[in-house]
Amino acid sequence: MTYAIEAEGLTKRFGNATTGTLALDGIDLAAREGTVLGVLGPNGAGKTTAVRILATLIKPDSGQARVGGLDVVRQAEDVRRIIGLTGQYASVDEDLTGTQNLVMIGQLLDMSAAQARVRAAELLEWFDLSEAAGRMAKTYSGGMRRRLDLAASLVGRPSVIFLDEPTTGLDPAKREDMWDVVRRLVDDGSTVLLTTQYLEEADALADEISVIDRGHVIAHDTPHGLKRVVGGQWLTIRPSDPAQLDALTALLAEIAGSRPQPDGRDTLTVSVESDEILPVAVARLHSAGIRVDELSLHLPSLDEVFFTLTGTRNTAEESAA
Amino acid sequence: MTTTLEKSPLTAAPAASTPPRLRLLRHSLVLAKRNLVKTWRTPEQLIDVTLQPIIFLILFVYVFGGAISHGSQHQYLEFVLPGLLGQGIAMGSVALGQNLNADIEKGLFDRFRSLPIARSAPLVGAVFADFFRYLTMCMIFIGFGYILGYRITTNPASAVAAIALTIGFALSFCWISVWVGLKARTAGAVQGIMFLLILPLSFGSSTFVKVDTMPGWLQAFVKVNPITHLVGAVRGLMIGGPVTNPLIWTFGWMTGLLAVFVPLALRAYKKRI
Ligand SMILES: Nc1ncnc2c1ncn2[C@@H]1O[C@H](COP(=O)(O)OP(=O)(O)OP(=O)(O)O)[C@@H](O)[C@H]1O
Ligand SMILES: [Mg+2]
Repeated sequence: MTYAIEAEGLTKRFGNATTGTLALDGIDLAAREGTVLGVLGPNGAGKTTAVRILATLIKPDSGQARVGGLDVVRQAEDVRRIIGLTGQYASVDEDLTGTQNLVMIGQLLDMSAAQARVRAAELLEWFDLSEAAGRMAKTYSGGMRRRLDLAASLVGRPSVIFLDEPTTGLDPAKREDMWDVVRRLVDDGSTVLLTTQYLEEADALADEISVIDRGHVIAHDTPHGLKRVVGGQWLTIRPSDPAQLDALTALLAEIAGSRPQPDGRDTLTVSVESDEILPVAVARLHSAGIRVDELSLHLPSLDEVFFTLTGTRNTAEESAA
Repeated sequence: MTTTLEKSPLTAAPAASTPPRLRLLRHSLVLAKRNLVKTWRTPEQLIDVTLQPIIFLILFVYVFGGAISHGSQHQYLEFVLPGLLGQGIAMGSVALGQNLNADIEKGLFDRFRSLPIARSAPLVGAVFADFFRYLTMCMIFIGFGYILGYRITTNPASAVAAIALTIGFALSFCWISVWVGLKARTAGAVQGIMFLLILPLSFGSSTFVKVDTMPGWLQAFVKVNPITHLVGAVRGLMIGGPVTNPLIWTFGWMTGLLAVFVPLALRAYKKRI
């Protein structure tokens, strides 16, 4: 088995050596060639810090990491030849047009001006930006900027790609598009490390998922394995009449076999084994005369994953954002 | 995202490679072009090297000129134009540090750092682009000076040498601004810090008044001040007078500035997260 990304015991502290923020406290990560590694974690977990170390932007305090078999500290220059990075915040030049942004990257990657223009046009077309190609990036919408940023990281046809929260801030349709791009990259043989705050996204894309919290990996598994641990799917129901909450609690406890928890205002959620429970639930609600405003079956949110894995509601600080 | 291409353009293939020795130069030029496109898009960035020199010339020649040169504004123009040029390039360097600071804050440099280019390329590129700003400033000073009656009395070759020296000095001096731009937390702070340096350097020199009117302790400072020597050399090259000594001093300062501030800037860039 060859690993495109391997990290062992990475630590990183920002600021003062003793009182500064310990962003990474010994993280191990591994992604096999041609797979997607999902790094799942809440705000401030250390996702961006880990990506920045692997993409050679900053050095770890200790531990080591290899990308494509190359050491990210000692062979940083060689690592940069094979990686593409799309950071959490789009790093496109706002005063340049879409084309100018990509041509510049191409030329910095030692393409001739003509080659760089061809490559730019190809990527702009692929990302549906051809029409905006001649406009300054500052006139782009958030989603367009993200796509341009992603295109910029693919100019050099990297074999290892880092995507730091690529879909945060995208509408659902554009999110699906982004997922297609990731799948396409993997089909073409690239390895992708993707950070996200959504289990749904990691589940849709990743071959393996590492869950991190406060600089530690707290779980590493396949999506299937992780879902088994955190309890498959959740059934969430909001009755039309809040007075029926008690009746609903009893009913859900009976069909799901575990105690439902409150989930927001007048809403109950319960972990269920499989989606076969859905018709059962609907039938029972009907015969019990409980009318509902909302009924959904979904994967656990990050918060629920954390609740299951750590037994505490996640309270990581938001200051990182 | 459309899938009009039957083969996706993402498949891995090694990028064309070219001789490594010229890569830094080529990458820097590509990045310089980026800065120039930005300037082209927002020409108001050129105010400090176009309108500001004109206003300074008018103010100094007509407000102070009469008093300082006992009524002869023309005589003062001849004296002060090279001085204002020296001050102008020092002040013109401030924008470089501010822009670098802003670019880094916006995260744009993360992209550059993840590319296989020399770490120094974005900095060298920004300095290259500044060449055109300094050239513009020299042209404005001399052109507007001519309108006010300034005349180069030596020869064209000396005049070209004076401009080349000024720009050469500017490209060395501006590394201070690069360094400050990388060290300072905000673009506003860059300006504050740079002016703390530039005001004593430009006024504590032979820029505006003759050195022998100053107290001794100040004269000691003026005599080592790089602006004094740059201005002295430019005066000599444009209207005649001693040139060799100020030239040696100026070249010495250029070498010193580069030797100190290029490494400092590179180190600050590496450390900046
Ligand atoms: N440059 C920095 N200086 C000081 N502290 C930092 C710096 N970068 C990150 N940190 C701290 O390190 C911790 C991890 O931050 P990081 O950005 O890696 O988290 P994240 O998982 O990417 O979070 P988010 O989901 O909000 O992007 C946070 O507590 C953050 O405040
Ligand atoms: Mg982050």
